[in-house]
Amino acid sequence: MISDAVVELSRWQFAVTSLYHFLFVPLTIGLSVLLAIMESTYVLTGREIYKDMTLFWGKLFGINFALGVTTGLTMEFQFGMNWSYFSHYVGDVFGAPLAIEGLMAFFMESTFVGLFFFGWDKLTKGQHLTITWLVALGSNLSALWILVANGWMQNPVGAEFNYETMRMEVTSFAALIFNPAAQVKFVHTVAAGYTTASAFVLGISAYYMLKGRDAAFSQRSYTIAAGFGLASVLAVIVLGDESGYTDGEVQKAKLAAIEAEWHTEEAPAAFTVIGLPDQEAMKTHYAVKIPWVLGLIGTRSIDTPVIGLTEILANNRVHIHNGIKAYGLLQQLREGNREETVIAEFESLKKDLGYGLLLKRYTENVVDATDEQIELAIKNSIPQVAPLFWTFRVMVVSGFIMLIVFVIAVVASSIRKSRNDWILKLSLYTMPLPWIACETGWFVAEFGRQPWSIAEVLPTFLSASSLSEWDIILSLSGYVFFYTIFLVIEMFLMLKYIKLGPSSLHRRRYHFEMDQRG
Amino acid sequence: MIFDYETLRIIWWAFLGVLIIGFAILGGYDLGVGVLLPFLGKNDEERRVIINSIGSTWEGNQVWFVMAGGALFAAWPTVYAVSFSSFYFALLLALFAMFLRPLGFDYRSKLAVPAWRENWDRALFVGAFVPALVLGIAFGNLLKGIPFHFEDNMRIVYFGSFMGLLNPFALLAGLISLSMFIMHGAVYLQIKTIGNINERAKKCVIIFTIATLVLFGLAGVWIITLDGYHISSEIFPNAASNPIAKFVKREPGLWLDNYGHLPGLWAVPASAFIGGGLTLLLSRFDKPGSAFIFSCITIASIILTAACSMFPFLIPSSISFNSSLTVWDSSSSIKTLNVMFWVTVIFLPLIMVYTSWVFRVFRGKVTVEHIRKNNHTLY
Ligand code: HDD
Ligand code: HEM
Ligand code: HEM
Repeated sequence: MISDAVVELSRWQFAVTSLYHFLFVPLTIGLSVLLAIMESTYVLTGREIYKDMTLFWGKLFGINFALGVTTGLTMEFQFGMNWSYFSHYVGDVFGAPLAIEGLMAFFMESTFVGLFFFGWDKLTKGQHLTITWLVALGSNLSALWILVANGWMQNPVGAEFNYETMRMEVTSFAALIFNPAAQVKFVHTVAAGYTTASAFVLGISAYYMLKGRDAAFSQRSYTIAAGFGLASVLAVIVLGDESGYTDGEVQKAKLAAIEAEWHTEEAPAAFTVIGLPDQEAMKTHYAVKIPWVLGLIGTRSIDTPVIGLTEILANNRVHIHNGIKAYGLLQQLREGNREETVIAEFESLKKDLGYGLLLKRYTENVVDATDEQIELAIKNSIPQVAPLFWTFRVMVVSGFIMLIVFVIAVVASSIRKSRNDWILKLSLYTMPLPWIACETGWFVAEFGRQPWSIAEVLPTFLSASSLSEWDIILSLSGYVFFYTIFLVIEMFLMLKYIKLGPSSLHRRRYHFEMDQRG
Repeated sequence: MIFDYETLRIIWWAFLGVLIIGFAILGGYDLGVGVLLPFLGKNDEERRVIINSIGSTWEGNQVWFVMAGGALFAAWPTVYAVSFSSFYFALLLALFAMFLRPLGFDYRSKLAVPAWRENWDRALFVGAFVPALVLGIAFGNLLKGIPFHFEDNMRIVYFGSFMGLLNPFALLAGLISLSMFIMHGAVYLQIKTIGNINERAKKCVIIFTIATLVLFGLAGVWIITLDGYHISSEIFPNAASNPIAKFVKREPGLWLDNYGHLPGLWAVPASAFIGGGLTLLLSRFDKPGSAFIFSCITIASIILTAACSMFPFLIPSSISFNSSLTVWDSSSSIKTLNVMFWVTVIFLPLIMVYTSWVFRVFRGKVTVEHIRKNNHTLY
């Protein structure tokens, strides 16, 4: 049996490497689209300044893109290296969108990105613009397919367990692709990427304006970023639709945990703005509530109740008892028993097999689980509430602050005169917010799924490879070591090029080069 | 569904081969060029010529590698799980080295400080040398079989160690892959450059083509005595993927079994030697474009030779023979193989078309003058 420490370390490693990957991903997704918009303006108006904008923001895009690719490689390897049971158990379903991502998106993105950087004088204007759009399309498609894969982990539709192969197998690809959890995730995450890139361009342009440099360049960039950013942040907030939460106990538990909804309230439920969740007592101290709001967010109605954690635990008790039976039947099947009654009974109970596997953490043989072990499994069948409660609020608050900033920025850029220093400073200092929102958002999505890696199918602790503690301590230290150095180098280059600004293009018409010419 | 399970499994075995060979051919010369960088480029400008000879296309080439991993996950999930978790430290090493490539390419020329550039040159060398060697070592170990078995519930347990991977046969395989990538990279540089670098590259083609063929021949002789694997129970090519339902035996020389049954297969290793010879000749007479075609053939033949020896095995187990993974018992379900077949048939040709177009756009020599003229925009 694998030890808790190995699982714990594997989880840390996945969290560290994926959160790190996602520092670069949203900027790639969003900036590629912004670049395409800037270049389109250049091609339509024929004005060189828009080409310079594409080139300069393209340089920053390149610095970021390199680390996106580097860290993406880790992600691709990691499922097999550290989650080998996961890979065996769900590869039939989960591998497909990942492979499609490669064929459809990575090839396109990576083949054309070379042309984007080095193809300016080898291609016509129209051809180059097409290339830029294809790079943007590629990175957005890559998000689509990886989120189909991730959405399936949250809400595993269109697949069934096969006792002969001991794994999940696809029953319907359409269900996999049109999974509501994946759809919602895609819209939310891609819009988050657009918001991130807009805040990036907005903040840096504001910095040039504060310094009084390259006015024409930075004002145009600021205006584009403000408009695109407002649309995107509205999309993130408004389309943060929760329709993905309607199926499966796990997504319901996640929603209830985010809201610290300990007991089902009568519809429409109140929304707890803030408070101190206490998992042992199953209540929230000092809760400040707004009536009706949770019901509206969670169910889009005033008469459907949001299921509370107590009720979910009660349901899980039933699931776990069924799961134990399913596990016993599976053992008979694996030993070669093919009696029709056994098969039929297993088929009727197998959707709860995953719940039986939850007990594997406490006893090798599941069917002989003691009452204490069962109680423990039930208690740990929902995620910890407090971390989810808080990270969710950090994301939402960041989102609303950004909304305000973008509204002000749009107003400020449409009325030239009102561009005050405080507006520019606000634009600059709120630049880290989208990254904070993205990272906390992923935390909510992934930590909220615990103790499952595939909701109601495969527990996280079973998913890990049979490695030793030291194996993972070594690899994790390696990742942390390299990633830290890379981040330092990347920030150094970023800051250097940001400070240089468009003068780095050597066009002889921007700030620093004008100085030289006197 | 127009194909049965057996056919789909064979098709997916072939697809995997296409992707691995695709990476070896396209990513392979990038790796070769990376290894040659410090030796063929005597100053910053020469090194920039070398780097920019692959600068605009290496990124797309690397995706063949990512894709081989992705296809393995989708079509052969158990193979992906066993190989990646068993080769844990070998892959980690390759991965850490590969980290240095995107950064080396993208960041090197962003500062004109000599120390900065020299360190990135070293990074680019390591980023090419280590994967070129380690991937070969991993392949060598596949031929030897790796020490894993399945617990009940199909949990994979690996009993080997990192040092165990460094056995003599595997090291030989590592040297083969290293030298064939260098050969390939040298031919490529001969195409893309003029003058000094071109001359030096030409010498490397000779050295490393001969090295590749000698080492490959040596491995061929070794195979005669090396333990091979064979399925000794009846085979059910259309059965569900359950890798513990068969019997496997291990004996010296069994890896030559397929060649015994189908003597036509000898054409494959033979074409490696013929291809290598022609590469040498054509390069010598300054026809690097044609030499490149033959170095591609050499590489493809070397990989195919190993694949033909092993078929139908994908990963033999050296401690629990019956747990070995084969084409017949470790694939995805028929449904997934079928859907992914159609996706691949649509997208792979499309990828080849646009990749060729991009290569056409960037055709022609890279020269020192070209670097000077585009000082601020090139790598
Ligand atoms: C929502 C978007 C998103 C998410 C959740 C992930 N990625 Fe990613 N990934 C991208 C969006 C992206 C991207 C925007 O397409 C990147 C980032 C920068 C880049 O160069 O492409 C990328 C790069 C990238 C690469 C390099 C591709 C290349 O060589 O061009 C690989 C192999 C992966 N990713 C793999 C993964 C895996 C296995 C993930 C799952 C854990 C993952 N990514 C999460
Ligand atoms: C790049 C964006 C992502 C981020 C930031 C992210 C974040 C995280 C975090 C924080 C954890 C640790 C949770 C915990 O152990 O408590 C985790 C676990 C995990 N995530 Fe994600 N994730 C991302 C994308 C994905 C995607 C796209 C997939 C699948 C396609 C995925 C699969 C997993 C798996 C297999 C684990 C380990 C098992 C587990 O702990 O549940 N993640 N991720
Ligand atoms: C202001 C209102 C917002 C709401 C109500 C909201 C809601 C949510 C919820 C419920 C999740 C969890 C999804 C899951 O369970 O899988 C989530 C995830 C996430 N959020 Fe937000 N969010 C908001 C703002 C933002 C902002 C402003 C950003 C970034 C700019 C952001 C970025 C993310 C990301 C990257 C994820 C993880 C991917 C995903 O699961 O979709 N969110 N959000």
